[in-house]
Amino acid sequence: MTAACPACAAAPAAVDMALPKDVVQLSVPAIRCAACISAIEDRLSGVQGVNSARVNLTQKRVAIETELAPEDLVQALAEIGYDAHPLDAASLGAGDDPAGRDLLLRLGVAGFAMMNVMLLSVAVWSGASGATRDLFHLISAGIALPAVLYAAQPFFRNAWSALRVGRVNMDVPISLAILLAGGMSLFEALNGGAHAYFDAALSLTFFLLIGRYLEHRTRSAARNAAKELAALEVHTAQRLSGGKAQTVPIAELTPGDTVLVPTGVRVPVDGHLLSRAAHTDRSFLTGESEPVSHESGAVLNAGEINLGRPFEMQAEAIGKDTRLHRIAQMVETAETARNRYTSLADRAARIYVPAVHLLAGASFAGWLLATGDLRHALNIAIAVLIITCPCALGLAVPAVSTAAISRLYRLGFLVKSGTALERLADVKTLVLDKTGTLTRPGFFFDISTLSAAELGVTKALAMSSAHPLSKELSAYLGDINPAPLEDIEEVEGRGVRATWGGTPVALGQAAWLGALQDGLVLKKGDQIHPLPNQEVVAPDAKAMVSACQEAGLKPQILSGDTNTKTAALADAIGVTQYRAGLSPEQKNDHVADLERRGALACMVGDGLNDTGALSTAYASVAPGTALDAARSAADVVMIGDRLARLPELFAVARRAVYLSRMNFGIAAAYNAIAIPIAVLGFATPLMAALAMSFSSITVIANAARIGLRS
Amino acid sequence: MNVLVILIPVSLILGGAGLAAFIWSLRTRQYDDPDGEAMRVLIED
Repeated sequence: MTAACPACAAAPAAVDMALPKDVVQLSVPAIRCAACISAIEDRLSGVQGVNSARVNLTQKRVAIETELAPEDLVQALAEIGYDAHPLDAASLGAGDDPAGRDLLLRLGVAGFAMMNVMLLSVAVWSGASGATRDLFHLISAGIALPAVLYAAQPFFRNAWSALRVGRVNMDVPISLAILLAGGMSLFEALNGGAHAYFDAALSLTFFLLIGRYLEHRTRSAARNAAKELAALEVHTAQRLSGGKAQTVPIAELTPGDTVLVPTGVRVPVDGHLLSRAAHTDRSFLTGESEPVSHESGAVLNAGEINLGRPFEMQAEAIGKDTRLHRIAQMVETAETARNRYTSLADRAARIYVPAVHLLAGASFAGWLLATGDLRHALNIAIAVLIITCPCALGLAVPAVSTAAISRLYRLGFLVKSGTALERLADVKTLVLDKTGTLTRPGFFFDISTLSAAELGVTKALAMSSAHPLSKELSAYLGDINPAPLEDIEEVEGRGVRATWGGTPVALGQAAWLGALQDGLVLKKGDQIHPLPNQEVVAPDAKAMVSACQEAGLKPQILSGDTNTKTAALADAIGVTQYRAGLSPEQKNDHVADLERRGALACMVGDGLNDTGALSTAYASVAPGTALDAARSAADVVMIGDRLARLPELFAVARRAVYLSRMNFGIAAAYNAIAIPIAVLGFATPLMAALAMSFSSITVIANAARIGLRS
Repeated sequence: MNVLVILIPVSLILGGAGLAAFIWSLRTRQYDDPDGEAMRVLIED
């Protein structure tokens, strides 16, 4: 670095100053209206140390130029009732979209040039002749040729890269039509010919760029959404040095560091436990819902959640070396169903491309043989190329998928891949993971079996512990006045004990308190009261399952948990097929087997043990609360608790495919009329312009119907 | 037909002005938040 920039080493402060001011990005999902925008911007501008704040309603984000820490800004927004989450700038990337802006610029150039040329063309079509017509053609050439050469570059580039490796794609006939139309029209204009296709070359470019831009928007919206999910996870850890905890980015940890893992937080690195005991949830790895106890020296993996007291651990593997990362990596490199899938548009192009080249070539040869007029034959071949409506074909799928994906976004689904809709529409089996997908941790017992005093004690004990289960219990008990306790003591990984008016009371693991049952108990004096905690079925699960069955999907449950628990759940939500005690590999094999048998599966899961199955499955959905690895393996991410909306996802996907097919039908119908006219030599530039505009507009209008009903 | 001498440059200039305005709006990032801009007209200052 010193060699590359000697001045930097001499004045490091100057480099810092050259960097832009800190911009903090907050995700504020509740921004909905004009009132929210002004409330948030006014509140933040009032905070000392904030230079500027700007809300982006489309992305539901606020960008704040400030030196303050994100936590202060989150606090400021919480005061006026908005939940905000800081976004990790590194995961978010630049947040800029240069490719999209480039396409828009080309679209603008093509659009304005098209309007100007069309103005001149209308004069020619309505009867301008002789010198006037030639002048108009020449002016059109002056506008159209540079505009086309600039605006159509994305097509030329794609066509060239396909041709170089000896293949053809949709962009080959498009580029050919644009170039031939421009070149031939220039020749006609210079030689005083009657027909020039400048407007056709431009409108072809214009309409196809619309399709290209829509496609790009859909893809980048999905990418941004995925990036935002990753950015929501703050990638920092608490490093202990000299007895003091210091917050550092995970990437800066080194093996041998001592790391403090607070309650309720994911373990940031692989390593072993230094504290005496720890209690973690490793359901993401095994699918088992029961928490696991560890003793000093036990191996901990990145991604486990600390359910007990804060503990210290020694880091051994960080970032890319963690087991979590290795498994996620394996998933990414595996050959997946989506790599093998050929999209609807590609299948259409495979039929269309050879057909249109043959047709144009045959018309050229036919007319050349019949009349011997090279110029006329070439004109007809170009008319065939232009009039075969590649616009409608180019728009057929992107217009529908853009409309469908933005509708799904409003329903709370982020669709990450373009072909996901087509695959979701084909799905016949719905494979559900149990823990975390269909169930939530919770309590399920009759509180009337406890006396008022016992309830008060339980509430007070539960409130005094930071254990997630205690928090759940406190919430489950509801509005009860806590009893006054003394000498409250929390025992790591065991429970809480205290005295209540002279009587010793405790809340904790049954084994610790000398009870015979499993799970959590309350001990008052010598009396023991079991407080059974079990997973609660997600409230919408049953309705979701029956709606999916109505839609013709066969649901089944795959779980890493015990047979008893899985059977109970399957029975509760009305699923007849289930398999329990599966390892991640078995889940993966089961899903692959379903595909071989033609029962195309959509996997819904959230854990690392589902990640393999998520990427093997024909289509996959992960909840927004899932692990990063599971989310990146899935096609669709559900934001919030949207289990009940899952059937709508399939309905919209099926409708999108139906409308895409219909769009191909419309394009084919236009071709059935236009091709004979062009081949027989009756096509005029006016006809080409009309066919192109009408087919493109019908296709776009048809795509918009996805929002009407589903 | 002499009117064309005026009308053609006028149409070219108007088209060019439209394109320039579009490029300006693109450069100043006015398409980054379409929903937000639609809502901002309702904010009273």
